[in-house]
Amino acid sequence: MSLDATRDALEAVYRGETRRVLATLIRLLGGFDAAEEALHEAVAAAAEQWPREGVPTNPYAWLVSTGRFKTLDRRRRHARFQGLVPELSALADAEQEPTTRDGEAIEDDELRLIFTCCHPALAPDARVALTLREVGGLTTEEIARAYLVPAPTIAQRIVRAKAKIRDEAIPYEVPSRAELPARIESALAVVYLIFNEGYAATAGPSLTREDLSAEAIRLGRRVVELTGDPEALGLLALMLLHDARRGTRVDAAGDLVLLENQDRSRWDRAQVAEAQRVIERALASRRVGPYLLQAAIAGVHAEAPSARETDWVQVVALYDVLRRVDPSPVVALNRAAAVSMRDGPEAGLVAIEAALGEGGLDAYYLAHAARADMQRRLGRTDAARDSYERALALTRQPAERRFLETRRAELVLPEKPRRPSTMD
Amino acid sequence: MRYACLIYFDPKKVFDKSPEGEAVLRDSMDPNSELRTSGHVVSEGPLQLPEQAVTLQVRDGKTSTTDGPFMETKEMLGGFVIVEARDLNEAVRIGAMIPLARLGSVEVRPFVDFTKPRPVL
Repeated sequence: MSLDATRDALEAVYRGETRRVLATLIRLLGGFDAAEEALHEAVAAAAEQWPREGVPTNPYAWLVSTGRFKTLDRRRRHARFQGLVPELSALADAEQEPTTRDGEAIEDDELRLIFTCCHPALAPDARVALTLREVGGLTTEEIARAYLVPAPTIAQRIVRAKAKIRDEAIPYEVPSRAELPARIESALAVVYLIFNEGYAATAGPSLTREDLSAEAIRLGRRVVELTGDPEALGLLALMLLHDARRGTRVDAAGDLVLLENQDRSRWDRAQVAEAQRVIERALASRRVGPYLLQAAIAGVHAEAPSARETDWVQVVALYDVLRRVDPSPVVALNRAAAVSMRDGPEAGLVAIEAALGEGGLDAYYLAHAARADMQRRLGRTDAARDSYERALALTRQPAERRFLETRRAELVLPEKPRRPSTMD
Repeated sequence: MRYACLIYFDPKKVFDKSPEGEAVLRDSMDPNSELRTSGHVVSEGPLQLPEQAVTLQVRDGKTSTTDGPFMETKEMLGGFVIVEARDLNEAVRIGAMIPLARLGSVEVRPFVDFTKPRPVL
């Protein structure tokens, strides 16, 4: 094999296999630090040997056994001075275990890694950082750039999370069947957090943000492949659908474009189609959770030719089911907005007031913005202005503020004579 | 990426003939230490005490020198290890192998990448 071809092969293996190799080495060597060191040595050995001897038929097994052997060798030499015999016997036991390329054992290691990084005992921002670095293979500096925080902040989150895993002896395992749904939920929440950071935030250079969304989709796909869980499918579909209309959410000036005004011809149709297939596959399982329902709602929007031609009856019906599964104030608010599209602003306003009355939305700017929108459409200018003020007091995000300010300014325009244009 | 692990310690704690100090100094010289066999070390620079140093400044083209530094602080820069690492967290993990981290502290600083924008202060 030529030098270039070997380098390419090495690169491909690095991207494709190292996370799996790391996942197995953590189990065999009993810790993140030892596994990272072993992986480093294995990759260094590969860089030296593969160009000479060719890429092995099973790179995963080669890297695992090389990494483990080098660690064992080094610890043996070290143990002569330090007398670390008990640790060595544990390693020798691990050495008995065969490393095969056939599926299940490796997939279990990957799941162990995901579930450990997303363990509920860790703080949410630590889960995110750890998952992106250990499962996603991003560097500390890349994560820091994407989150617009200094690299030492991310580095310390990761160091502390690993210390916690070690000190509290958080087991490196796939959760039991009884625990599994809750633990999958925790892992999916991490993936969605990563996606939203890339999707919702408009601060900073957009490129790195898109990288985060792409990474979340990649992680979501992997969780689907490893678990086949319907909610994992639902989350994947939801992310694909949001991502399909990424380019139309913000206009050239960086202002938000509402769903009803987005240029639907620019939505990524192939990605929408993939999401619809994922939703169908999930629905076949007959276990319906919040991610799948949100994906189904986004799916109805995605196939509608315009906001008016959307099947609002179905959207409201899906929100009714979602409210039973996830009775959160935000779901109530979104349902109210759908009701306004189905039945008009009068009914919409009643539904929004009801949602606000249930509590939990007072500090949520979108609730007040939605109420203002209904009041504006009903010609209740003073009430609408008050609601816009409330909404503005609650958000500092520049694009969101510009949107609200524009809407508020339009209220001041004289009602008569009416402008002939419907553009607003 | 390259990182400098800057080693700070209080010489009184290291050279006081205590068992801890002696162990750290012995481990620091071990050619087969975990750190030196890790494949990450680019170069290392154990430094003599600041009393042996001269500090110079060039102002208006003229060089002036002073002894020292004799710092008020107890911890002084006692050496450095330059490491090659995948990212900051890997550099931190390697830095933790430096024996003097047990008695002093190790500051891990990334090298400057001149292709990147300069810091804005």
